[in-house]
Amino acid sequence: MMENQAKSQNFKLSSEKEKSNISLGYNPYAKDKLYALLFLGPSLLILAIFVFYPMLRTIYLSLFLTNNLGNPTVFVGIKNYLTLLTSSSYINSLIATLIYVIAVSILTIIIGLILAQAATKKVAGISFFRTIFSATMGVSVSVAAIFWLFIFNPSVGLLSQLFTALNLTPINWLTEPGWAMTAIVISTVWMNLGFTFLIFFGALQSVPYTLYEAAQIEGASKSYQFFHITLPMISPTIFFVSIITLIESFKSFGLIDLMTAGGPNNATNLLVYRIYQDAFLNGNYGLSSTESVILAVIIAIFTFIQFKVLEKRVTY
Amino acid sequence: MSIELSNISKTYNGSDFVLSDISVKIETGEFFAIVGPSGCGKSTLLRMIAGLIPITSGELKINDKDVTNLPPQERSLTMVFQNYALFPFLSVKDNVAFGLKARKMEKSEIDSRVINALELVNLSEYKERKPGELSGGQRQRVALARAIASDAKICLMDEPLSNLDAQLRNKMRSEIRELQQKLGLTLIYVTHDQVEAMTMADRIMVLNEAKTQQIDSASDIYDTPSNTFVAGFFGTPQMNLIPVTLHANSQSLNNESGLNFPNNHQLSKGKYLVGVRPNALSIDDSATVNNGLITTIEYLGTHSIVHVILDNSLEVLVETKSAEHLTTNQQITVNVTGKYYIFSEDGQSLLLTNGGYINDGKSSKEPKLQALF
Repeated sequence: MMENQAKSQNFKLSSEKEKSNISLGYNPYAKDKLYALLFLGPSLLILAIFVFYPMLRTIYLSLFLTNNLGNPTVFVGIKNYLTLLTSSSYINSLIATLIYVIAVSILTIIIGLILAQAATKKVAGISFFRTIFSATMGVSVSVAAIFWLFIFNPSVGLLSQLFTALNLTPINWLTEPGWAMTAIVISTVWMNLGFTFLIFFGALQSVPYTLYEAAQIEGASKSYQFFHITLPMISPTIFFVSIITLIESFKSFGLIDLMTAGGPNNATNLLVYRIYQDAFLNGNYGLSSTESVILAVIIAIFTFIQFKVLEKRVTY
Repeated sequence: MSIELSNISKTYNGSDFVLSDISVKIETGEFFAIVGPSGCGKSTLLRMIAGLIPITSGELKINDKDVTNLPPQERSLTMVFQNYALFPFLSVKDNVAFGLKARKMEKSEIDSRVINALELVNLSEYKERKPGELSGGQRQRVALARAIASDAKICLMDEPLSNLDAQLRNKMRSEIRELQQKLGLTLIYVTHDQVEAMTMADRIMVLNEAKTQQIDSASDIYDTPSNTFVAGFFGTPQMNLIPVTLHANSQSLNNESGLNFPNNHQLSKGKYLVGVRPNALSIDDSATVNNGLITTIEYLGTHSIVHVILDNSLEVLVETKSAEHLTTNQQITVNVTGKYYIFSEDGQSLLLTNGGYINDGKSSKEPKLQALF
């Protein structure tokens, strides 16, 4: 009561002060604005140079033909867009990208969740496995690529040796279109697992243990507990991870460049790799800018859909 | 349904016992409280009865059936947790129905049980809300409703009221007691709050340092605490414990402070601990010879608690109806006017009181003292 009175009195005082200031023609917020600008200035400057300008420049370039230095020469309007969207090779890239992104996202989430769930078990040496499961966070793309190239190598690779030992015909992982896609999906999922595992593990640890105790007493089976307690409890985390993974896999570049270089027969020529090829190998900056814009739009659409769909399923 | 614990022990490493040799038979429809300070193993005991923690040794029987190694869901009991253990993503009615759905009960049966349970705890209007939209007391009621809906006749409660504010706690105390009576539940109630235990329970088990200290009704525990721990744990403010000596041929137990307890019993000479509650002491501010100095006076409305430092620098608390004539730093005399308890010097056993009760270990009631291992 007293407090409230004091507060309202304070409020009155300050509003009176403001009034008098205004009548004197003094803007009390002017100083705030100056401070705001001072604080925001440095990051705005950096963002402007490295994010906003390239973004606008990309959109601008996507409407031009360019010379091989990347300078616009002829304005062509949306012709670049039409060219791409009617090119069967681009559509193939698009489809390959979608397959890749969806496969990677789903597998990453499912396997990450399984590993995280397994790591919550209190058994001897579990901290060793926790470290191993999250270890890929510390592996660089190039190391991972070399590592997987060795595994997938058709003559001396681990998998080939395994297949030979089992009297199966070794698969030419990186030279057959379908298998090449499988190979980069496997490698990408493996790379993603460290991060995903850590996030899921943290989420699982934060589910109050008494919920499981209560469920156990109520007679819920382990699988019932998983689907009716664990999944809903960590659904916000699943949502977060799925968005991150989706966006990240749309942007995948390193593993593809090092393992397949878009081949064989363009089977793994995903959108980002295509952008890189068109710009830096073919010198076609206009077209490659157009591809960038299209990719950005696709990612935006997917993220939007994901928000809409998962919003309903994220339960609290 | 009755619950029988025989020599139940728990250890995690084989040598340090979290609980040792706990035995008690809890009767059908009994409200049984387990009380003790934090870390005494009371929650562990409850979780062992529930089946959430394995029992190291001993035997647990529910309705004369050995359930020592059965999983929780086969012990036909239910449990209410301190933090309520509600599912934040489910509405109130789905929370109550959780266990019933998990057991694949028929939908019409689930609905009728949920409606009935919510009615019993006066939450019918809130059945569509999420736990996050309820107050602490309401959440606790949802947890109660879930226990009721399961229709188990044994209910375990783990400090269910400790997250509520004092007023609400008082209210829920009587509500839980009423529900227990109405539904004929056998209820085991774990708490660290002696007031809760005394006001609600038919019988109380006092646990300390992994062992049973005493199992008795509230009044028996208050009137004849089996040792100084129990004596100190029950009653607010705490019982004063005063070391005394009985000299040969002396008629009283003397404390060096000049506080004397008449000895008309057959005690042999030696050292003892005397326990005396603050309301069994009185203050005389008109005596010529004083034995104490007032340090603090706590005014509590109906009475006051006076902190007195005796001459040998032992502090005692005295309850007095009116403290208006007293001031701090005043020299006064403390007299013994009520009941006192004589404990062995180590405080482990009650020898007698000035009421004449002698604990000879052959009492006709429940065993007063559990064997100490």
